[in-house]
Amino acid sequence: MIRTLARKDLHTLFAAPSTWMMLALLQFILGWFFLARLDDYLQVQTQLAQMDDAPGATISIAAPLANLLALLLLMLTPLFSMRLIAEERRNQTWLLLATSPLSSVQIVLGKFTGLLILLSIVIIASVAMMSLLALGTQADLGLILCNLLGLWLLAAAYAALGLYFSAINRQPVVAAFTALAVSVALWLLDMASGMLRALSPNMHFQNLNSGLLSSADIVYFVLFCIFFVMLTIHHIRRERGGH
Amino acid sequence: MSAPTTLSAKNLVRFHGKRRVVDDVSFTLQRGEVLGLLGHNGAGKSTTLMMLSGALQPSSGSVEVCDFDLAQRADLGKACLGFLPEHPPLYRDMRVDDQLLFAARLHKVGKAQLDEYLELTKRRCGLLDWGKRLIGELSKGYQQRVGIAQAIIHQPAVVILDEPTVGLDPAQIRDIRELISELGDSSSVILSTHLLHEVEQVCDRAVILREGRNIFSGSLDELRAHSDIESSFLRLNAATESEQA
Repeated sequence: MIRTLARKDLHTLFAAPSTWMMLALLQFILGWFFLARLDDYLQVQTQLAQMDDAPGATISIAAPLANLLALLLLMLTPLFSMRLIAEERRNQTWLLLATSPLSSVQIVLGKFTGLLILLSIVIIASVAMMSLLALGTQADLGLILCNLLGLWLLAAAYAALGLYFSAINRQPVVAAFTALAVSVALWLLDMASGMLRALSPNMHFQNLNSGLLSSADIVYFVLFCIFFVMLTIHHIRRERGGH
Repeated sequence: MSAPTTLSAKNLVRFHGKRRVVDDVSFTLQRGEVLGLLGHNGAGKSTTLMMLSGALQPSSGSVEVCDFDLAQRADLGKACLGFLPEHPPLYRDMRVDDQLLFAARLHKVGKAQLDEYLELTKRRCGLLDWGKRLIGELSKGYQQRVGIAQAIIHQPAVVILDEPTVGLDPAQIRDIRELISELGDSSSVILSTHLLHEVEQVCDRAVILREGRNIFSGSLDELRAHSDIESSFLRLNAATESEQA
């Protein structure tokens, strides 16, 4: 059932020209940034060769690329997530799901999975770009995989947050805007100190971005997703009643 | 012996804010019966149907579909239900076949029966040649047919239709009424409308709502015997229509 719903959502997302436009634009920005970083690296390569502990190509090119994608995901995810529930309500198709035998858990997980598959495509495409470094140099595979995991967890967190705001708002644009506002606020918490900083997804992503794989960061993202998915389930269950 | 009860609503109440939109509505539906839910705009018809279909939780009261309480066993109860809301829940960027198959899968139709049910439903709704068309490109009448088709594709025991003939031309209205009568042979149907003559044409029994209250429930003969209700309804109808004109 979750698969049926996720497949339908992916179909709807890919049927919209705007999705293709956004994906194409995203790849263009990432590709351009990748080439620019590569160019910079090649220019300073001779100087780097004289240093004792010089940074490698992966940390100089791939890590900043992942960092840029993290920022772009922050802005892009609300544009996709707003459609999940708010747009179904606006187009009156929500009643088909609400009156189906699917439980609220299945509906929410189906929607979440559909969006996560779309974001995974974006992430895999960019990680494939990073892996191109292996053609010319010895790429740090561990760092690339760590970034893949980090981006994926970050995307899941933004997707869960966006899904919740899509459930509580009737207007898709309002859903996108509130999700974006909250995501930016959480991102800015990275500049705070102490406990508040620990709440920022960005701070946890930075660890993975620099190749530091810590279970605390993974647990943070998993809890973040569970929190917003549960809130969404609760909201929908209260409205439909029963299951 | 009377036919088995497929749906029963007991003391349904629903508040919107502090206002009671539906106030203590109860009725039952037997297999093979077409029940007309009559009322003017704002009488609480759509809210009642939303509660019967499990899209909205009643503030109090209960709904049982095929002996399953929607509050307890919603998954089983809702599998026996087909619902066409006031605005058909159609994905405009989907093809007719895809929408119908999606609705069937949501209602747990097995893989083996999918094609058979799709073919049968399209034949019943006159959509055989329309399967590959995008829903957004269809006329309103055909969209309404797809709306009915997605409500009946899983062969539910109870079909709930919210104003299925609004905004259609006379030929389309006739087709849809014929389809509803045909549905009444195999399933139970609840039909909401504000047109008394529609109830007289296709329904076996009627329930009349006014300001959220159930003011009449009985067979069409009983309705005719209550000439006061019938005439007051007609009077109100005429007033509404002249307002709209």
